[in-house]
Amino acid sequence: MVHWTDEERQAITSIWAEVNVEEAGHQALTRVLVVYPWTQRYFSTFGNVSNATAIAGNHMVRAHGKRVVVALGDAIKNLDNVKATYAKLSELHSEKLHVDPENFKLLGETLIISLAAQFGAAFTPDIQAAWQKLMAVVTAALSKQYY
Amino acid sequence: MYSATEKALIASIWEKVTPHTEQWGGEALERLFAVFPQTKIYFKHVDTSPGSAAIRSHGDKVMKAIGSAAGDLDNMLTTLSSLSNLHAYNLMVDPVNFKLLSHCILVVLANHLPSEFTPEAHLAFDKFLASVAAILSQKYR
Repeated sequence: MVHWTDEERQAITSIWAEVNVEEAGHQALTRVLVVYPWTQRYFSTFGNVSNATAIAGNHMVRAHGKRVVVALGDAIKNLDNVKATYAKLSELHSEKLHVDPENFKLLGETLIISLAAQFGAAFTPDIQAAWQKLMAVVTAALSKQYY
Repeated sequence: MYSATEKALIASIWEKVTPHTEQWGGEALERLFAVFPQTKIYFKHVDTSPGSAAIRSHGDKVMKAIGSAAGDLDNMLTTLSSLSNLHAYNLMVDPVNFKLLSHCILVVLANHLPSEFTPEAHLAFDKFLASVAAILSQKYR
């Protein structure tokens, strides 16, 4: 069971209230595909994802990025039980999507970077720390059903 | 290997960092200590509280060293040679920490240069900082 301080909960919910879900998802997923191009292996059905311009303009990438960040909202609404909240998603990523769990870390990192770009000075070191903890908890929960 | 575009991106981003090496270097370290508190073990002799003069000065040093590597991408091995020795034989910082600091530097760049730190610039910088880290750990064993 993850222990969250009041400050950490506040850091997460206050930033979440201001996040543009579609834009953050688009930024984060675009960065994953551009910065770590081997991740393109999971998106062969998305059309052209072979270069930065194509990726940034790809509608399926945008839609998928949004979907991922919308799902993050479920974890944030259930901070005390992320593992149970994500059990089915974890199984999906392992059994159907066959995604290497290392990718959860990569997306967590690019989401942090996207938030830093959006929020500027408001994204303080302590707020970053709370969000990195959230990313670690989400990564662990999504990796749980792999065997 | 860096394409001409990547070299240009690294140079143009770094030009904007140069006037702020102390502030942004200090901030990168502050983020490192806040997010990854275990990294403070390497700084037991130093005041690591947020905004401390010691950390700003150390951050300045780190950023300036990165800057000299950025200024001569084809000769990084030479530029970073003595730092490589220092990290291998004196500091012996576990190489995993280079990744953690690199991440915090990328966060600082995104934070202060949101329009310049495009996905392409992010890629170029991630590659560059990974090379710096590889060179710093090169003589470890």
